[in-house]
Formats: sequence, C-alpha cells, structure tokens
Amino acid sequence: MSHGPRIVDAAQMNLPAGSLWRRLPLFGAVAAVLGIGVSYALRGGDEKQFYYSWLVAFLYFMSLGLGALFFVLLQYATKTGWGIVVRRLAENTAAGLMVMFLAFLPLYSGLNKIYSWTDEAHLDEILRGKMWFLGSDKYLVFGVVYFAIWTFLVWWFRSGSVKQDQSGDEALTRRRIFWAGPAIILFALTTTFASFHWAMSLAPHWYSTIFGVYYFAGALVCVFAFLSLVVIGLRRAGALEGFVTVEHRHDLGKLLFAFVVFWAYIGFSQFFLIWYANIPEETEWYLERLGHGWQPVTVFLAIGHFGLPFFFLMSRHIKRRNLTLGLGSAWMLFMHFVDIHWLVMPAYHGKEFGLTLMDFTTMLGIGGLFLATFGFFLTRAKLVPARDPRLIESISFENF
Amino acid sequence: MGLPLPMVPRLPAGKSYGLLARFEDAASIYRACEKVRDAGYTKWDSHTPFAVHGLDRAMGLQASRLPWVVLLAGLSGATGGMLLQYWVAVHAYPLVISGKPLFSWPAFVPVTFELGVLFAAAAAVFGMFAFNQLPMLFHPLFSSRNFEAATDDGFFISIESWDPKYDEAETSTLLREAGALEVEVVDNE
Repeated sequence: MSHGPRIVDAAQMNLPAGSLWRRLPLFGAVAAVLGIGVSYALRGGDEKQFYYSWLVAFLYFMSLGLGALFFVLLQYATKTGWGIVVRRLAENTAAGLMVMFLAFLPLYSGLNKIYSWTDEAHLDEILRGKMWFLGSDKYLVFGVVYFAIWTFLVWWFRSGSVKQDQSGDEALTRRRIFWAGPAIILFALTTTFASFHWAMSLAPHWYSTIFGVYYFAGALVCVFAFLSLVVIGLRRAGALEGFVTVEHRHDLGKLLFAFVVFWAYIGFSQFFLIWYANIPEETEWYLERLGHGWQPVTVFLAIGHFGLPFFFLMSRHIKRRNLTLGLGSAWMLFMHFVDIHWLVMPAYHGKEFGLTLMDFTTMLGIGGLFLATFGFFLTRAKLVPARDPRLIESISFENF
Repeated sequence: MGLPLPMVPRLPAGKSYGLLARFEDAASIYRACEKVRDAGYTKWDSHTPFAVHGLDRAMGLQASRLPWVVLLAGLSGATGGMLLQYWVAVHAYPLVISGKPLFSWPAFVPVTFELGVLFAAAAAVFGMFAFNQLPMLFHPLFSSRNFEAATDDGFFISIESWDPKYDEAETSTLLREAGALEVEVVDNE
C-alpha cells in the first residue's frame, strides 16, 4: 500500500551493470547481420518474394516505432500523469524509426518487383489519374519527407526529455505540450499517406479511406504489447523497482485491450462498408482474402487478433499479473505479424496462402536493426524521465 | 426474509442501529479502518466527504461482484441482438436485400454490438443500484445531527448492531482506541 511519499532508489533508473539489456545493441546487430545476410543469400531463389518479405518486416517495425511515437505525443498532448515512468521507454522505441530509413532504401531499389504501378507503360485510365501520388520518384520523395518528419519529431521530443534529466527545466515540458497537438496532426497525415504508399498501393485500383487508421490501430496494439514486455523484462533484470509498478502494467494492459477492440472496430468497419455496397472495384481486395487460400488466415485473424484477446485481456487480474500480461502481449505481437502478412502477401501469392523462410529471416534482420537502435538509446540515458515535473505523480499513481 | 423489496433497505432489526464514530481527518480514518478490519468486523462502513485513496483496502473490502453481472448482461444483450435479427430476417419476415443471403450476419453486427454495450452499461448502473440498495429514501444514520458533517468535513465509521462481533461497550472502546473524536449510539427510529 503506498500512501504519501514512497521511497524509491534513484539507482533503479539505470540499467544494472552486467544486465543482458546492456548488450541488446550487440544482440540486435548480430540478429540484423544474420537475418539480412540469410535473406540476401536466399534472395537468388525468388527475388520478388525477398522484396515482399522485406516489405512485411519493414511495415511491422515501422508500426512499432510509429505507435511509440504516437504514445509519446499523446502523453504530452493530454498532460499524462500516470505514464511518465514508461515514456522514456516509448521514446527509445520511437528512436528505432531513425534507422528504419536504412530498411526503406532496399525497398525502393526493388520497387518494380513489388508494385504493379511501376510499369508505367501498362497503366489504365484510372491508374494514370493516380500517378500524381504514385510513381517511383514520388515514392522516394514522399518517403524522404515522411522519414524527415518522423526523425525530427522523435529527436525533438526525446532530446528535450533527456536534457531535462540534467536541468529539470519545466519549460522543456511546456514547449512539448504546446507542440504535441500540431505534431499529432502531422503524425496522422504522414502515417496515413505512408500506409497508402507502402501497403494500400499494392492493389493500386483499390482504395479505402480508413486504411491509414487500420494500420495505426495495429501499430498501437504492437507498441503496447511491446512496452508491456519490455517493462516486465526490465523489472526482472532488476531495474525500475518502485518506479514501474503493477499499476502501470495494468494501464499498459488496459491500453492494449482498448486498441485490440479499436483494431477490430476499424477492421470490421472497412469490411462492412465494402461488403454492403458490393462494388467490384472495392470487393476485389476482400475476394482475394476470402478466397480458399487466405480465408483461414482471415478467420484466424478475426479470432486471434480480436476474439481471444478480447476475452483474455478483459479481466483486471489478467492485466495485473506479469505472466498473463506477458503472454497476452507476446500473442498480440505475433498476431500483428499475421495481420501485416495478411495485408501484404495476397498481392504476391494471389489466392493461395504463402509463408516462406524469407518471411522470418527478414523479420529477424529488420527486427535486429530496430532492436539494436532501441537498445542503443536505452543504454544512453536514464530509463525514466528523471526530473519530469509529473514524475512523482506517476510513481505514486494507483488504479481504483 | 425473502427477496429484498425495492426502497426498503435491509438494516439491523431492533432498537439500536449501531455505533457512529467521528474522526479528525483522512489519515486517522484510514488507520481506524485498518483497526476495525483487523478486529474482524464485517457489517460496517466508512463515510467521508471525498474519496480517500486506498480506503477500500484499509477496510478490507472484497472485489465487487458487479463486473460479472456486467459481463453476463453484455453477453446476453449481444446474443439476444443477433438472435432477434436472425429470427426477423430469416423466419418472421424474410426479405432478400441487394441479393444477399437472408442470414447476412455482417449486417447484424452493429446492432449486436450496440445491444451488448447497452445491456452492459444498463447492468453496470442498475446493478450498482441493486448492490447498494438504492434508491434508499431514509437511513437511520440521518437521525444523527453529527452525521451531517459527512458531506462537509466529517470522517465517520459506522458499525452496525447485527455484526456478529458487535457489543456496544466493547465496540465503542475499540473505536475510541482507534482515535475517534466522539462515538454515539444511533437508534433505528
């Protein structure tokens, strides 16, 4: 029971010496070299498959970084009290976005293997009308703009937070609260159009205005599952004792649950309108996914990404226990992969379901790259914003 | 006893309702609640002008049964919503709409969802009423003039006379030892 001031040990804000977490950059780098190396070696067998697998892994870890960036922006925009102790972890996760540009470049080099609109000689009337947005040069220019904006946001929000660890200057927090609103607008626009460019244009005739929101919903599921696991892992490693308590894990679990529901709401809404109107140019996308090869995956997604976790994560006892919250989070990280795979792969495999070794090696490679960056930033600063004006409020936070 | 009648609170029978003790502030009532809890009392309550964090644990309150009621109501609302639409669309008044099968379940999802939410929300509100024996138009504690401070600056513990451990003299001593400013016997009139 915590009442009034509670004594916390400031050393808990640092990773313990000799902790495996300190070697995360190394482990990540090894995984990156191994994963990308093996993928590259397998590439000769099926070059198209390589690029599609790369795109899935790229979209997966982009969503993790973007979800984390949104969580940081949201904390400032809402002047969050409870979440200060996990904000630095989200900032470090978002920092992974900064190296993801390296994973974007190979994608650009394989553009004509992935997107049918790259063949400008064979475009019909509809696609010619979309070429102000699509096209190889625009793909690169937009990509650079997206990454420039995200990198700037990640850097600006994280560096001010780290600077405050030393100075304790409250003006740093106030400035970020002021700019968080405009930054969220910028985030919404860039994430939406990036998902249009990277994923929706796989079926260039098809369009869904809610597609960006769908990708965003999956991203938030991914980041809250990831943060729950990181928090549990760090506590096991002997850090954050007294800072991140069962109350904060409970709240991460609540947000995970909320976005599992939000994801289902958005996913069903998209399906629902297209199913009702039944217009061929819209239904083609679902016909591919409801054909005999992909139908089991679609059903698995509905049950595994919504039905099961909805009932599993509902109880507060589940969210407050490390084991059950960890299991739920790991499951959602897996289901998010199924989701992205389902989003992308029918564009390559058509009506037949396909899963190859390269789907895993690219995940290992890009995941290694992302986690190495996350680990690098994790070791560079304290694990919590040490002198944030709301830190005490966050530490003593309790759920009713 | 039978089923509780609405608006007739179930309260201790007999002349005396129980004891009412006033405390200085949030911290002292918190410690007093822990003492009453540890003494093994079960039929008692605390009354504060604002929510005192953690008081539920100091009182040793069990988790509410309300979530189970809400879950059951939500599930039956959703199930009922889907079944109702199925019955209407397939049996009672079959109509082919835009060439779709009679049982076009996606079309029924919004209503199913809404009914689930409606039933769950209604169960949460009215279930809370039921567990709290609300609406209750009169309560014996209202006969105490002191108790009027409960909505202003008074912190109170009331122990009801039908508690198995209740003994007017002993319980009164316990409350005083726990730091009560004053203890009074409240009649059941």
